[in-house]
Amino acid sequence: MKIEILGTGCAKCKALETNAKEALAKIGGFHDVQKVEDIMEIMKYNVVSTPALVVEGVVKSTGKLLTVDEIIEILQTK
Amino acid sequence: MFTWWEKIVDKLVYETWALDSSTALGSAIHFFIYDTIKIFILLITIIFAVSFLRTYFNTEKVRVYLQGKSEFSGNILAALFGIITPFCSCSAIPLFLGFMQARIPVGITFSFLISAPLNNEIAIAMLFGLFGWKITAIYIGFGLLVAVFGGYFIGKIKSIEKYVLIPVTPIEGELEDIQIKLSLNQRVNEAWDYTKDIFKKIYLYVMIGVGIGAFIHGYIPAEFIAKYAGGDAWYAVPVAVLMGIPMYSNAAGVMPLVEVLTAKGMLLGSALAFMMAVTALSLPEAMILKRILDVKLIAIFFGIVGFGILLVGYMFNIIL
Repeated sequence: MKIEILGTGCAKCKALETNAKEALAKIGGFHDVQKVEDIMEIMKYNVVSTPALVVEGVVKSTGKLLTVDEIIEILQTK
Repeated sequence: MFTWWEKIVDKLVYETWALDSSTALGSAIHFFIYDTIKIFILLITIIFAVSFLRTYFNTEKVRVYLQGKSEFSGNILAALFGIITPFCSCSAIPLFLGFMQARIPVGITFSFLISAPLNNEIAIAMLFGLFGWKITAIYIGFGLLVAVFGGYFIGKIKSIEKYVLIPVTPIEGELEDIQIKLSLNQRVNEAWDYTKDIFKKIYLYVMIGVGIGAFIHGYIPAEFIAKYAGGDAWYAVPVAVLMGIPMYSNAAGVMPLVEVLTAKGMLLGSALAFMMAVTALSLPEAMILKRILDVKLIAIFFGIVGFGILLVGYMFNIIL
């Protein structure tokens, strides 16, 4: 899966990245995780509140620090 | 609403511990226990209710609603959305640029940026717990006025776009809403997690604030407060506003103090101005916005909002 974390570098954005990596480690398998920090890139996703979680190009959550379990749920119910 | 709780505290402090209600110690301890628990109950209830409601809104939706709205009604809508939209000053930049991208006028964006921190759930819960619904309604109502007119006047500045340091290309056509589906269960869990998070962050400040308040309540005579913090001196309101600016993160600890000060003679207008300055004039937010906005525009923003708060303060000192 391709997972992107959108965030301009605030504390919550970093925490979301950490949680996402932990969630992926629990699921296992090979995944591509990218942190998108460029505000111009972030705006292309129509996102105006960070941090946001994007899975396979689809915005799944905005403006929230998701827990590891919540991320696992999002990744498994696609 | 809390008479049952007052009776329990009465019994505990005055009967079980046998403290005299007329002594400073007795009334200070009674005040501390009664107020802390009352505020905790209200904080948890109100933050939970507000954050549950907010799971139905997000800034992306607000942007779609605000797109193409005319100037004045757009300012009103933006200020109202500020109450119910979850907002963290850390996402002020994507919000600002994202709104510009949707061709929403800068003044309307400012109405939102003034209203959102002013109507944050902690401030509202504290106000409601300490001052009752009337003062809370006045605070929200006049806060909205400041947001609507503040944003409106900022929007009137000539070629305001030149103060935005990052060039934004507007998107052509209508924006599409991002669809994120949540079950009721997920919303309740999310609201509950958020409430726990906030509570953990602020409960200590509340206790310290109420503690100092209890000390003032029991030990410091009203004449002392009226002489130094209150009174109708003309400078009381501007001093209150200036003092409020650096206290942004501590609304939870500051408000119990304000309650005691007003009970002891500080004028309500000065108190309201102080509380609005604490929430609306946020230095951290200004620092974040400085990355994309000319300092001049930030100064104008602070100036106009500060002026609006001053007006509210003076008005209430005169009528109440």
